[in-house]
Amino acid sequence: MAFLEKNTAPGCEVVTENGRQSVVLSGDWAVSTIGQAEQKVASLQFSKDKLTCIDASAIGNLDTSGAWVIHRLRGALEFSGRRVEIIGLDDKRKSLFAELEHHHPPRYKPEKQRISIVGFLEATGKRMVDVWHDALAMLHILGSLGTVLAMVLLQPRRLRSISVAVQFDRTCIGAVPIVALMSFLIGGIVSQQGGFYLRQFGVEIYVVDLAGVLVLREMGVILTAIMVAGRSGSAFTAEIGAMRMREEIDALHVIGLSVTEVLILPRILALMIALPILTFISDIASLFGSGLVAWSYLDIPPQAFITLLHQAITIQTLAVGLIKAPFMAMIVGLIACVEGLKVSGSTESLGKHTTMSVVKAIFLVIVVDGIFAIFFAAIGV
Amino acid sequence: MNAETVTAGDERPSASGTQTGDGDVILSVRDITVGFGSKIILKDLDLDVRRGEILGFVGGSGTGKSVLMRTILGLTPKRKGKIEVFGHDISAMSEKERLAVERRWGVLFQQGALFSSLTVKQNIQVPMREHLDLSPKLMDELATLKLELVGLPQDAADKFPSELSGGMIKRASLARALALDPDLVFLDEPTSGLDPIGAAAFDKLIANLSETLGLTVYMVTHDLDSLHSICDRIAVLGEKKVLVIGTIDEMMQNDHPWVVSYFRGERALRRVEG
Repeated sequence: MAFLEKNTAPGCEVVTENGRQSVVLSGDWAVSTIGQAEQKVASLQFSKDKLTCIDASAIGNLDTSGAWVIHRLRGALEFSGRRVEIIGLDDKRKSLFAELEHHHPPRYKPEKQRISIVGFLEATGKRMVDVWHDALAMLHILGSLGTVLAMVLLQPRRLRSISVAVQFDRTCIGAVPIVALMSFLIGGIVSQQGGFYLRQFGVEIYVVDLAGVLVLREMGVILTAIMVAGRSGSAFTAEIGAMRMREEIDALHVIGLSVTEVLILPRILALMIALPILTFISDIASLFGSGLVAWSYLDIPPQAFITLLHQAITIQTLAVGLIKAPFMAMIVGLIACVEGLKVSGSTESLGKHTTMSVVKAIFLVIVVDGIFAIFFAAIGV
Repeated sequence: MNAETVTAGDERPSASGTQTGDGDVILSVRDITVGFGSKIILKDLDLDVRRGEILGFVGGSGTGKSVLMRTILGLTPKRKGKIEVFGHDISAMSEKERLAVERRWGVLFQQGALFSSLTVKQNIQVPMREHLDLSPKLMDELATLKLELVGLPQDAADKFPSELSGGMIKRASLARALALDPDLVFLDEPTSGLDPIGAAAFDKLIANLSETLGLTVYMVTHDLDSLHSICDRIAVLGEKKVLVIGTIDEMMQNDHPWVVSYFRGERALRRVEG
């Protein structure tokens, strides 16, 4: 079959006859060999005023790209003011060339990317404007969330409880195994590392204080929030983004439904219920992990671990961690929804906004945790 | 492409009206069975597409027109049967041969399937960039040429698919299908969703390209106008196989109930009379 055979290399040479020159073309002028053909045409040597015709009768395969290169050659020759004819074409090829006559591509401009200080400043400025728009968008969603929430309080039937339950199932129940496993390991690692250093001073029993306070106040809630941002935040962004790409969001608007009420409120509400529960599970799993390591590595038996834990922590320690969870859930959910709504037509933007959603959520979770730390220090908890 | 004789599979009595023989066969499908789970979509289907013809493919919704096209393209697995493109059995091909075949066919998907993160021009250049070694200047010129061939203005070149209208997406997608000057193009409902004037222009374009470039066109369509005006032959899919295949005049004569209601139904006749 022709398509598997080696193509004949395209050839073109200048033939002089009776003081007139013609370009004789041979071989295949098809898309698979057109790179060579273009180079050969470029290296052609002839005297401009003697050339009168291009002989195409010996050409094997010819397609649009080959015809284009020949057409371009003729155009370049005629530009010097001499009529050049293409001979040896059958009717089909003639109609192909006739079609090409109508097309005039714009002059080729290679794309250049300059690196300059102005460009850098411009990009930075654009970023800052983006940050501002982001903040506005978040406030916008927060505002509409407040309105919808007020309406729901007045008319509880407007709350989409099934939707909330479904989201809760996805964000909370589905996340329990991985959150528990991760926290168990973290608890064990904290206990082992703490024990290793504290043992040098002979006070390894303080591992219980270390693990208890660290896990309950900070680690449990932060790690769970990060896990939820990666797991559910990205899912929210991708879902809402895909709905935006397929004009489903527009359809909601047209039907007269509020996007905040139908999509955003159930998700954020579910997340705000889910995160404290997940944090509690994470706390228990971490303490369990650290207790196990304390027992096997530091020879602190479970009964002693529990007694020491009772002395080290109070219910307040646990509450300090848990109280942060709904706020972090709200931040993760808000950012995920804002980024989802920012997705435009292309798949690339869907990927970009999903990444941005997770990165921003994790960053803000840590910032909020810092603010809480300052707040708790100020009120002396 | 040189004209060559291709052995058109085994000569067998064609129960379904599938004709073999006259003309050079570019695509031949034999005994194809495709199913999903326990549901059989196509059973023992035979089909021949001749070089240079425009074959229209019709059938009720859900009869497997798109499934057949996807099976030929190798996107849906087949249970049994043989598909020969350019005279070669697709399933017996080496990687290299398959690549060569893929370079010689172009596909227009129903929704366009343009890459949404690339501009129209970059979309058209994707096959050239991947399969050929061309200078950027030539690639740009060829992309613009293809763009104009399918009737898009030059300023569409730097737009993204999300900025185009439905008709423009179809045209841009056709330009991408034509990027490597294929011998065979598959069009899945090319005129659906276009206004009648745009659809007529698209038909004319396909006929024109088929004429000048020697294209073979395999077109799934429901547009009676395209079937009447540009299709050389029409194949009707039904009852899990090709029911009838022939020219539009033969379709008008046929007395299979589905064919009668499709080509001589109230809607079709109103069009002919009007």
